[in-house]
Amino acid sequence: MRGAKILIESLLREGVDTIFGYPGGAILHVYDELAHARDRIGHVLVRHEQGAVHAAEGYARSTGKVGVVMVTSGPGATNCVTGLANALMDSTPIVCITGQVPTHLIGNDAFQEADVVGITRPCTKYNYLVKDVRDLARVVKEAFHIARTGRPGPVVIDLPKDVTAAKTTFVWPEAVDLPSYRPAGKGDPEKVRQAVAMMVAAERPILYVGGGVVNADGAAALAALAEALNLPVTPTLMGLGAFPSAHPNCLGMLGMHGTYAANMGVSNADLLVAVGARFDDRVTGRLKDFAPHARVVHVDVDASSINKNRVVEVGIVGDARSVLEQMLLCLDRDMRLEGPPPREAWWATLRGWSSQHPFRYRRRRDVIMPQAVIEELHRLTKGDAIVTSDVGQHQMWVAQYYGFKRPRQWLNSGGLGTMGYGFPAAIGAAKAHPGRPVVCVTGDGSFQMCIQEMATAVQEKVNVKVVVINNNYLGMVRQWQELFYSRTYSEVGMEWLPDFVKLAEAYHARGLRATVPGELRPVLEQGLATPGLVVLDMIVSQEESVYPMVPAGASLQEMVLEPPDDGSEDPEPRDLA
Amino acid sequence: MNGEGGARHILSILVENRFGELCRIVGLFSGRGYNIDSLCVAPTPDPAFSRIILTTNGNDAIMEQIIKQVGKLVRVLEVADLNEVDHVEREMALLIVKTRNPAERQEVLNLVGVFRAKVIDIAPDAITVETTGSQDKVDALLGLLKPLGIQDIVRTGAVAIPRISAARGRDETRGPELVVPEADSAV
Repeated sequence: MRGAKILIESLLREGVDTIFGYPGGAILHVYDELAHARDRIGHVLVRHEQGAVHAAEGYARSTGKVGVVMVTSGPGATNCVTGLANALMDSTPIVCITGQVPTHLIGNDAFQEADVVGITRPCTKYNYLVKDVRDLARVVKEAFHIARTGRPGPVVIDLPKDVTAAKTTFVWPEAVDLPSYRPAGKGDPEKVRQAVAMMVAAERPILYVGGGVVNADGAAALAALAEALNLPVTPTLMGLGAFPSAHPNCLGMLGMHGTYAANMGVSNADLLVAVGARFDDRVTGRLKDFAPHARVVHVDVDASSINKNRVVEVGIVGDARSVLEQMLLCLDRDMRLEGPPPREAWWATLRGWSSQHPFRYRRRRDVIMPQAVIEELHRLTKGDAIVTSDVGQHQMWVAQYYGFKRPRQWLNSGGLGTMGYGFPAAIGAAKAHPGRPVVCVTGDGSFQMCIQEMATAVQEKVNVKVVVINNNYLGMVRQWQELFYSRTYSEVGMEWLPDFVKLAEAYHARGLRATVPGELRPVLEQGLATPGLVVLDMIVSQEESVYPMVPAGASLQEMVLEPPDDGSEDPEPRDLA
Repeated sequence: MNGEGGARHILSILVENRFGELCRIVGLFSGRGYNIDSLCVAPTPDPAFSRIILTTNGNDAIMEQIIKQVGKLVRVLEVADLNEVDHVEREMALLIVKTRNPAERQEVLNLVGVFRAKVIDIAPDAITVETTGSQDKVDALLGLLKPLGIQDIVRTGAVAIPRISAARGRDETRGPELVVPEADSAV
């Protein structure tokens, strides 16, 4: 069997049903083989390789399966780098197969040659250059194993053209033999017991949960533990949906744009239990003042996350779901609680903070408020849509106002902060969930980073609605310049935007626009009811900022709740200096 | 964040002997802003594995991160901080010293003798010396030869191995440890 066929057969053994990719010379043998396997394995032709990786990430995060990317050598491979770095930061399982020039040309500056193993080394969990066709099946097997186990991540397989042409016997390895790779499973039982005892005894505990709980499918165990111990829960941006936002124990997101209750809760807690979260700087603010009174328990599948930013009292290396289940078991077996601890004083304080300072914004009649778009979207989709976002103000407004119910419902670029992630990720999620509504909330800046994927969405007939929070600005950058650079607006004005409605039409999609508040609901309704790709251009208040906010480098207690009152209830957009 | 005030640490890393793995380890240091002071790599008796001896510096927190990050790499079997165990350490240096007259030559030969170093090449106006020892010992010899004029130096960086007693885990039941005298403990 030739290498190309071995690759396809191996992918099928790994249960791959969809590949996101873009062909080219060095990968042509494989594309030829793929054409003969059309009935068994699908392919989504993207318009830029970055889009392929983000689409695969959307597929992977929304399903829990490994996302698969296939591209050609040189520029095809280098265009994947942003997506790979993004997947690494957000612990998303991806296998990316890159074509490579034939082995005898490697190192010769051949046409479309790049040192892909070298370039992608720092932005992958692992990578391979396959030099012998006899290694191929084993490498594919290992790559999927590495991508999906432990802390998930992207794996690159760089595949020279002659290897895909060479023939050998296809032998699918039954097991992976990686003696040096030992992903964490269960946590140390003694430490688990210690952590549970601390949770039972704490007066002011907080459970701080991140994307690791989503990755480990630990949401059910998390809810059971929070209820059994009556723990307040605050999810990170990546952890939204791991715990239902409407749950009475949910304080909302913490961190830079988190809730007052969550940030004050963490700041006053006597015990902080972090599960599948990594003390990211956007969460902690000034590190030395993060949870200053708390003893800390940290559960993470990645040993290097423990004691990385915060020195902890109990560090448990293990899979989030396994450890949460161990905690529940330990609670049932050893602790014999007479019902959940009431912690009345703590809850009274937390509820006070919640009602004192909920998320709020100025509602205006003359202009659409971006937060109102998200609230309306939540109402119309009943909070059930898979929502992707790009990066910027709109991302934070979705995080604040959508109200996620389930894990794998919210896909965004939390770690790398990649503008251009949201739209292709929505295409990937829609391919995986053809029956479900998928909405990409993006900004006028972000959407243009991968806007060419409109062609992909139309060709694939995916049911994706793109909501553009259009404020004619790189809004988050403008917000920082407003707050920290004395309103010196440097290169943040998108003075020339495409007409997104016409552009959608040019791509054979539907485009709709809302410019005044009265149009918001009908336009969203119409857009959601229209099948296929629909671009909804929401012309919103230009100078609205995301609040509350913890200024970069400040402590969570120093959060700014509302914009400084400058006396103008209805500020006119300022000149773009 | 190159460990201000941090001590020098010797790491012993066992890794699968494949192309690219050394790069991955070295890249991890550069990517995170840690410095490598010296690096020695060679296959182990089992050629499927290589042993890397690497010296770096950092405070406890940085060292914990370095060890965890390196240990997390897919093909790394083992990372040990040899500072944690009793160990022996050697470095080799080759140096060419100028000797403009017989007195200087004699001076070099005397020092070579005291340090149990070796003369491996000699010319009318220069001597090539091989010396082996701890970093301090090599530094000491260099310091003494420097006034004579050193033409060239190459150093290997440290290699190190746990002491036999440390490798046995100081198990009392094994009876008294043999005290192995250091062969060249001069200076």
